[in-house]
Order: sequence, then structure tokens, then C-alpha cells
Amino acid sequence: MLENYLPILIFILVGIFVGIAAVGLGFVLGPHKPDTEKTSPYECGFEAFEDTRMKFDVRYYLVAILFIIFDLEIAFLFPWAVALDSIGMAGFWAMMIFLGILVVGFIYEWKKGALEWE
Amino acid sequence: MDTLVAFWNDLPVVVRILIGIVAIMAPLMVLVAYYTYAERRIIGAMQVRIGPNRVGFFGLRMAGLGQPIADAVKLMFKEIVLPTGANKLLFLIAPLISIGPALAAWAVFPFSPGLVLADINAGLLYILALTSMGVYGVIIAGWASNSKYAFLGALRSAAQIVSYEIAMGFALVGVLVAAGSLNLGQIVESQSGSALHWFWLPLLPLFMIYWISGVAETNRAPFDVAEGESEIVAGFHVEYSGMAFAVFFLAEYANMILISALTALMFFGGWLSPFQGVPVLDEATAWVPGFFWLLLKTFFFMFAFLWFRATFPRYRYDQIMRLGWKVFIPITIVWIVVVAGMKVGHVPWWFD
Repeated sequence: MLENYLPILIFILVGIFVGIAAVGLGFVLGPHKPDTEKTSPYECGFEAFEDTRMKFDVRYYLVAILFIIFDLEIAFLFPWAVALDSIGMAGFWAMMIFLGILVVGFIYEWKKGALEWE
Repeated sequence: MDTLVAFWNDLPVVVRILIGIVAIMAPLMVLVAYYTYAERRIIGAMQVRIGPNRVGFFGLRMAGLGQPIADAVKLMFKEIVLPTGANKLLFLIAPLISIGPALAAWAVFPFSPGLVLADINAGLLYILALTSMGVYGVIIAGWASNSKYAFLGALRSAAQIVSYEIAMGFALVGVLVAAGSLNLGQIVESQSGSALHWFWLPLLPLFMIYWISGVAETNRAPFDVAEGESEIVAGFHVEYSGMAFAVFFLAEYANMILISALTALMFFGGWLSPFQGVPVLDEATAWVPGFFWLLLKTFFFMFAFLWFRATFPRYRYDQIMRLGWKVFIPITIVWIVVVAGMKVGHVPWWFD
């Protein structure tokens, strides 16, 4: 059972290794002559006005929170979807109640304007 | 032949796995390289220009077939600039987080019946998990670069990827309900019958949402506001140069191929012949290997990526978010309910 997952582990390691090898090759073969102009952050030729790690729109944060809720929902739906044949009508209606509650929440956030981007 | 099989069986497990990985990865890399070439040629043709046609091999032009090799070699010899104020460790880790999952997702991909590196039951869950990792590469790259353009591009890109991932996940749940298995090979087998049994027809809205979300997920046109050239130059990888940039580029194209292949697998019957169940054509094409059909379907969707880029104007950011949240998510929820109802109600034609 678990040995089925060995190729996956090795594949992930090889995938990361490909990245390391490519970047490493770039460092070995490419020149390395930094100067202040070259390494300054790109801002269309201007000097940087302020620090980059600035305040940003709260809506990005909101999207992230909403994403967690819905992604959890998907995680709950996965086993239900696979087992639907064996759990039959009872399982179907249980998930419909669950989805109904989620939809109520979704309508609430929609009406509250959490999904608006002007 | 027998000695070859015996020799193969005598090899240590790790060596066999490594050979398998190379057998998947090497053609994939070649495909990525020539996908970039095909992109430039095809979009060139669509815009009535020629595209790259000069670089060839051994002094022959060969319609520019040497172009991707020349590009790779050029990038190899370019300096990797580390910007001032960048978090150097995260700056160099970000491309690795992008490329690792983009390649490793192929571990569970079945190319023909039984021809799969890791035949695990949780295949689709694994793919969903790994494709979700890509967003970390984007956001770490944007934050670590210490550049405003990169930072804004990363924020936009992350919010967009995350939004479309929900619609994508819901679409996958629909596929799971219809197939009743997480194993990608069994998902293909459950589509056998004829071209009308493939899930594109019973799950038509989910197929379209999955495909459009896939385009948005890879930040391709018309959803490429993350790198809107006129606004934030190149988005999250604006500070990357040389091979560090090439790794991001590789990851993006590998992801595009992955999305195309998954769409072919889950909605278009994977390796199943399109002539299944057709009286004469089925026997006449029985000799064609299943891998050929899979490749054909995958190439169609890869072509569609380029076709979209040449055809559609770029979406506005608020329109992208509205499409993801207010159109796709309601449609997918409704269709999951419909599909699940069909399944438990044993409605014929769909899931008899």
C-alpha cells in the first residue's frame, strides 16, 4: 500500500532537483557582476519611492479567507463523491443539508458585498 | 526479450522508479521546449506574420526548429540578478516550489491502461494538492523580490488562482461523483462506451468551467492580468533573470500541458478511441495505440491555449473575480447537486 507512494516521493525530489540543477547551472555558467543600478528593484527607471512591503487592499485578504472556507468544503465533498454509490439516498440528503448551509453563507457574503471589486 | 525482462526485474526498485521518472520527464521537457516554439509560430500565423524561422541545426534553417534550444542556451549564460533588499533564500526557493509540483503531478498520470508510475487510489486528490502548491511559488516570488510590480503581480495572481481553484475543485467533485473513483485510470475506464459516454457530455457545464478555470489557473490570456504588460510589466517574476526566470517559464508551460492532459483524461476519455462503438471505424482503427488518442486530445487543448491567447482581449481584474465567484461557483454547486441526484436516482444514459 505505502510502497505505491514511493515513486511519488522520488518524483517530487527529482522535480525539485531539476529546479536546483537549472538555477545552479545558471550561477555557474552566467556572469556575476552586480552593481547598485543593476540590483535596484525595477520601477520603470525611477528610484524606488517607498518600501515595497506596503499596505495592500484588504479584499485580497478577504478572498483568502473565503477560499479557505470553500476549499474545506471541497475537501469534505471528495470522500462523499467517491462513496456516493454505497451511502445512497441518506448520504445524498445529508450532503444536501450541508451544501444548503454553505449556500446560505454564500448568499450572505454576496449580499454583504464581499465579492465586489470595483 | 526474456533476459531483458529478467534484467529489469533484477534492478533495485529505486533505479526502476528513476528510469520511469526520466522516461516521463525527458519527453515532457522536449514537449515544453517545442510548445514555446509552437506558440510563437502558431500565434505568428494567426497574426499573419512568420514567427521565429531562422535558427536551425548544422547550418540548415529547418523552419526555426533550433529556436527553443538556442533560447535555453542563451538563458543559461545570463546573469541571475539578486535584487537589493530581496530575501535571497526565498527568492531562490520560489522557482523550485513552482517547478517541483508542476513536474511531480505527472507521477500519477496514466498514459495507457496500466502504464502509470504510481498507481495510487488517491490520484485525483494528489493532483489537486500538487497543483495548489503552485500559488506558493507565485506569492513567495512576489514577496521576496522587494519590487512593487512583483508584489502587486503576486497579490493579483494569488487571489485569481485561489478563486478559480474553488471552481476547479467543485468541477472535480462532479467528475468523482460520475466516476465513483479517485483513481485516474478508473476515471477513464468509467467513460468507456462511445464518444457520447465521455464525461464532456453529461458534465458539460463542469467541463467548460474546468477548462476555463484551468486557463485562469495558469495565468494565461485572456486571464493574464497578473502579468499585464501595460500595468505591472511581468508580474511576480519581474525581478527574475537567466535560469531562475527559465524555471518559472518551464513550470508555467508544464502546467499548461498538465491541464490539457487532465482535461483530455477526465472529460474526453483519455486513451479511449473516439470510434468506440462505431461499427466499421472501430475495427479499422483498433491497431492505433491508446496513447496516440490521448496525445491527440492533449494536443488539441494545448493548441486551444494558444488559440485563446491570439483571439480574446484581456479581461479586467474585477470581471475575472466576478466570473470566478459569481458565475462559476453557483453553476458548479447546482451541477454537483444535479449529477449526484442522477447518480443516486439511477437515471439512465448518464450513469446506467
